[in-house]
Amino acid sequence: MELKILLFGITKDIIGSSPHTLNMDGNTVANLRRMLIEKYPKLAGLKSILIAVNNEYADEELVIKEGDEVALIPPVSGG
Amino acid sequence: MIQIKEEQLSVEEAIKYVSYPACGGINTFVGTVRNSTKGRNVLHLEFEAYPAMAILELKKIAERAKNEFGAFEIAILHRIGKVEIGEAAVVIAVSSPHREASFAACKFAIDTLKNTVPIWKKEIFEDGEVWVSAHP
Repeated sequence: MELKILLFGITKDIIGSSPHTLNMDGNTVANLRRMLIEKYPKLAGLKSILIAVNNEYADEELVIKEGDEVALIPPVSGG
Repeated sequence: MIQIKEEQLSVEEAIKYVSYPACGGINTFVGTVRNSTKGRNVLHLEFEAYPAMAILELKKIAERAKNEFGAFEIAILHRIGKVEIGEAAVVIAVSSPHREASFAACKFAIDTLKNTVPIWKKEIFEDGEVWVSAHP
């Protein structure tokens, strides 16, 4: 499945411009996390990395479907 | 009132929005840009947001402030883009019939915003820049 992933903050510095297109093996949030960390080991050095699907923080078991809006959420620092 | 915008934030506008005859207290929090961090001079900050999701997360905070902390009305305004030293990056105003609820709801709102809302702050120094809190 081809996924377009929105990147913000430091994830843009690590991965490149947003949205980032990726051919995904498997279909869960956990699969996506594993793929991204393998391809971009610097992501593992962040304090946390969450994945949002359709504007909600997603659990690792969540199944990503074609057309879902997927975003990488590095540690937030608003305020 | 939930806003994420590039223009300067107005504390008065937030206070006006939460003012009601039934309320006897309004609590405001204004988060401003500090000129140093860990002894290094900060030139300015840059904020980036994931706007659609940030608005949703701010709405969740506003709902909880009302339902769980007794806020009568709440305004949360957050700046994005370049923010200069001394300028407000975030403004929260909370009204309630009695003061305790507005203090509690305001503290809940800013503490939760810092933990859950997808907004990122970059500190710009003379000799570099750092995404805040990105690394352990």
